[in-house]
Amino acid sequence: MIRAERVLKAKGWEIRVMGPPPEIRSGCDLVIEIPLIEELNILRILQKDGVLPREVVPVASPLLRPVDLFHTKSIGRYLMVRAANMKLTIDRETATIVNVSGGGCPDVPYLAQEMVGKTIMEAPSPREIGHTLCGYALQLAYEEVTRQCMQ
Amino acid sequence: MHAIVGAIPIENFPLVFGEVSLIDNEICIQGYRIPVNRGTPALLAAAVKAGEFLGLPAPYGYLVGDIGLGKGSRRLYEYLTRHLGESAFETIIFHYLQPDVHWHNRVLAALDERLQRPRLIADAGSMYAAKMSGQSFHYDLFTPDVGELAFLADEEAPHPFYTRGFILHEENRIPELIERSYAHKNAARHLLVKGERDYITNENGIQDIIDYPVEEAMEAIGGTGDTITGIVSALLSTGMEVIEAAGIAARTNRLAGYYAKPTPATQVLEILAHIPRALEEVLLQSKKEVPWEKDSSREIAQ
Repeated sequence: MIRAERVLKAKGWEIRVMGPPPEIRSGCDLVIEIPLIEELNILRILQKDGVLPREVVPVASPLLRPVDLFHTKSIGRYLMVRAANMKLTIDRETATIVNVSGGGCPDVPYLAQEMVGKTIMEAPSPREIGHTLCGYALQLAYEEVTRQCMQ
Repeated sequence: MHAIVGAIPIENFPLVFGEVSLIDNEICIQGYRIPVNRGTPALLAAAVKAGEFLGLPAPYGYLVGDIGLGKGSRRLYEYLTRHLGESAFETIIFHYLQPDVHWHNRVLAALDERLQRPRLIADAGSMYAAKMSGQSFHYDLFTPDVGELAFLADEEAPHPFYTRGFILHEENRIPELIERSYAHKNAARHLLVKGERDYITNENGIQDIIDYPVEEAMEAIGGTGDTITGIVSALLSTGMEVIEAAGIAARTNRLAGYYAKPTPATQVLEILAHIPRALEEVLLQSKKEVPWEKDSSREIAQ
C-alpha cells in the first residue's frame, strides 16, 4: 500500500491514504481513495509496478482519516516526535536516528533495525521499506522530524 | 510454563518453536540465534532474565520471520490453530503479529478446545487484533501505552492510526480513557498502561499507580514496553495474581531503567542487564514471598 501510494503520487495522481470501511476491514489495512472513473487507468499504472490492490470497491460512507496531530518533545539534545502510536527520536546535533519506539505491527522492529544509528539523510524512509499502518505512522513522524531539522 | 508468540524482523526466518534461552545477548531457539533489539526478542529476553531470577523453566517460544508483509504471521496463526489446543501452557503471551481478525479468532477458538483455559496476555499487534475482533474480554491483560490506550478507548478505530482526534492521547486523561475502554468492552480484564505513570486497572477502576523512579528518556527507547510484558509473563508463571504481577513488573522495569542511567539513545539491551537486580529489590520492597517458596511441593507444569 505504501509503495502504491508512492507510485501514484509520483505519476501526479491526487490520491489519499485512508482507513477502510468496516465491511472490507480485515486487520491492519489501508485503502487508497481514487476517483472511480479513473479505475482502469490507475490499475494499469499499479500493474506496471507490480502492486495491484486486493480489491477495488465503491464506497458511499465516509472513510476514516489518519491522525494528523504530532506530539513533539525535547529531551536535552534529542528530539522525539510521536505520530499516532509511533515515536521517532533523533540526536539534533548529529541528525542521527537514535531510537524508534511504539507500534505493534511486525514491520516496526524491522524498520527500527534499518533506521536506528543512521542519519536522517542516510536512513531509508518508512515509505520505502514499511508495509503497515504502523509503518505509515512512522513515515509521518519521519517527515515531521525532517521538517523540524530543516528549519 | 508460559509460551510467547511473536514475529522476528528477519524476512525468511522459519517458523520455529521450542524452549528459549539467552546466550551472549542473543535469543536462542532450535539452534537459531536472534539479536535482541526490540519487539518480541526483547520481550523474550526480559522473560528469560526474570525467569532465571525466579527459578522458572525457560519460556517456550513460537516465532516466525515477518517484516510487515503478514505472510509469516499467517503461517504462525495457522500453525497455532492446529497445535495450541493440545498445549498445557498456563499463560500465553501474544505479541508482534500482523493484526488479522480472521486468524486471531481462529486461534482463540482453538484455545477454547482446552479443558483449562490459559491466562492470556496481548500486547502490540496481537492486542490490536483482539480489540478489532471485539474479543478483548477473552484476555487477562493488555499492556498498552498511552497512544494505544486511546485506540482502545475509541470504539470506532480499527488501529491506533485512526484514533479520532477528540480522544486525545494525554497523560492527564488516562483515567477517562480507561473508563471509556471498559465502557465499550474494548479492554482486557486487566490493563497495565505504560507511561510517565503506569496504571494498573480492572473493570472496577484503577488498582495501582506506579510513578517512581522517573526516567524521562525511557519513553523514547524502543523495547521498554516489551520488557515490561516479558517480566509480567514470568511473574504470572509463578501463579501470582495479575494486578500484583503487573505492579511488580512495572516497578522492576522502571528500576532497571534507572540503573541503566538512560538517555534517549540508550538501547534496550542496556536496560535488560539490570532486570534481575531490579526484580530482586522490588520483591524485597514488596515483602512478598514468591508462591513456590510458600509451598515447595508445588511443581510448575511443563
